[in-house]
Formats: sequence, structure tokens, C-alpha cells
Amino acid sequence: MSPGTETRRRTWVDVLLLVAVVAIFAVPLALRLNTEGQPDGETYAGSDSTAISTVESNNPNYEPWFSPLFEPSSGQVESGLFALQAAVGAGVLGYVLGRLSDRRRREGDSGPATPPSA
Amino acid sequence: MHIAEGYLPPVQAAAWTLAAAPFVVHGGRALIAEVRERPESRLLLGAAGAFTFVLSAIKLPSVTGSSSHPTGTGLGAVLFRPPIMAVLSTIVLLFQALLLAHGGITTLGANVFSMGVVGPWVGYGAYRACRAVRLPFAVGVFAALALADLSTYVTTSIQLGLAHPDPAAGVPGSMAEFLGVFALTQIPLAIAEGLLGVVVFRLLGRVAPGELRSLGLGAAVPAPPRQAAGASGSGE
Repeated sequence: MSPGTETRRRTWVDVLLLVAVVAIFAVPLALRLNTEGQPDGETYAGSDSTAISTVESNNPNYEPWFSPLFEPSSGQVESGLFALQAAVGAGVLGYVLGRLSDRRRREGDSGPATPPSA
Repeated sequence: MHIAEGYLPPVQAAAWTLAAAPFVVHGGRALIAEVRERPESRLLLGAAGAFTFVLSAIKLPSVTGSSSHPTGTGLGAVLFRPPIMAVLSTIVLLFQALLLAHGGITTLGANVFSMGVVGPWVGYGAYRACRAVRLPFAVGVFAALALADLSTYVTTSIQLGLAHPDPAAGVPGSMAEFLGVFALTQIPLAIAEGLLGVVVFRLLGRVAPGELRSLGLGAAVPAPPRQAAGASGSGE
């Protein structure tokens, strides 16, 4: 197999894996699986908050004895902070992969045998 | 898997904190040793931390009609062994507890125990088991990421079941209820996380073969094109 076909085959496998990942979330969302009977605002409720309701029904007398020091003042602010978390993570991940692949390319130019140095 | 602030009774909150603390301290030492011995690991450490950071911020819909988020701890567990993930998970969970009111300070110990200790160890164990029976590297990675994710939520269910027994069915009944909330929803997410981990390792195998080999993960590096190509130079 020539290097070209090899690379193309690998890219295809990556693409198919990513399509599978997206499908796992997109299909149930598109078909609205198991959302019947849930009131409009409650579809796809987070499992963490469902757990809180379960605690409350199992143990109605339980009083949380500590409350968060800081709480985002609205759902909008909260989702913004979640987006910030994801952005920081994705940014760092992209930076690392970019640096590594750039270094890899340069090694390719200067000869294959250079060991990686920090 | 975030147990909300104040939702574990004080004694149990303290017990989980005591249980998690040695793992975090040991992980901190392991992290420092790793950076000292292999400074070239810093980039990959950043990648492992960043992966957990992104994945635990994204809530995804599941077939059960509720949504949840992956944990991303299996990647770092395979790359750097589990102890380091106790530290990286603590950082993520602290960020979420302090800025997002997601999880909490009093429940930090319990959450670190599920996400930063049980998840990475189960994932790493699964990876080693797959490799021991000579399954392909990608299968090991898939198992590591999927099971690190799933076992974290199973642990949370056990923790909540212990803290809040069902009035009729007691602790086992309550654990089953929490498993119903968490574990079922988590199965498709765990599968997706496993597949994503395979993609990330395929990328890393191409761009960081030297680092992976020095971490004992030569199996992640695609063998032929590098040595064989030579002639054309356009291979990668």
C-alpha cells in the first residue's frame, strides 16, 4: 500500500468514528426518544439534578447543610461559564495538538531520525 | 456525577474526603515526578487535563431522555497511569464547584473519589486487561475511556445510595434508584467517549510518537509509514 492510500484510509476511519460519536447523540435527540410525558422544560434534564429530586423524595427531611459559596445568578450566566470551561479545555487541547503536529512536520523536513527533545 | 453541595451528611462527606485525600497527594507527587523525569511529557499532560476539562463541561442528551456529561479521565489514565488523574480531576471539580455551583466543597471528596480515583483506576485496569489478552490497542483505549466514565457514575450512585436510603427498600433499593438515574443514561455517553478516545489516540500516535514510546505506549504509534516511507517524504 502506498503512503497516500494509507493516509487516506486512516483519515476515513477517523471521520467514521467521529460520525458515530455525533450519531450517538443526534439520533435520540432527533427521534425524541423517551421524552414523551416529560413537560416541555423538563426534557433532557441533567442527571445531576434528577439525583437531587431523588434525594428529596427518598429523604424528604434532609436539609442540605451547606450551600454553594458562589452561584451563577442566572441560567444564562451558568451556561456561559460552562462554555468558558469547554473553550479553555478545547483551546489547550488544540494548542497541544497543533504544536505537536507542527514539530512533527519540521522533523519530517530535517530528516526522520531526530528524537523528540523538549 | 456531581453530588450537589451539602447533599452528603457531614460524616460521610468527611469520610469521602479522607478517602480521596491520599490519592490526590500521591497523584501530586506522581505529577511532579513525571514532569521532572520526562519534561517532554508536559504537552501531553496538558492534553490529558484539557480533555477532561472539555468533556466534563459538555452535557449531552442520552437515549433515556435525560442528559449527562462524560468525564474524560480514561485518556490520562492510559497515558500517565491513574494517580495523576486524581490531581487533574480535583482541579476540574474545584473549578466547577467554585464557579459553576456544580458539585461542591463539602462533596468535593466524594466527587474526586468517583471521578478522579475509581474512574481512572477502573479504566486503566480495563486497558491493561485488554492488552494482557492481546486485544488491539484501540480496543483497550475504548474500554478504558468508556469504563472510566461509567464506573464514575456507578460510584456516585453507591455514594448517594449510602447517604439517602430509600424509606422502604433501604440502601440497596436506593442505590438501584440512583443507578437508574445515572448509569443507564451514561451508557451511550460512555460508548461515545470511548470512540472519541480512540480518535484522540490515533491523532497522538501520529503527532507524538516519541512521547508515547517513552511512556511505554509504542502500540499507539502507527508502524509502517514512518520507517518505510523515506522515499517520497510526503507520507504524513
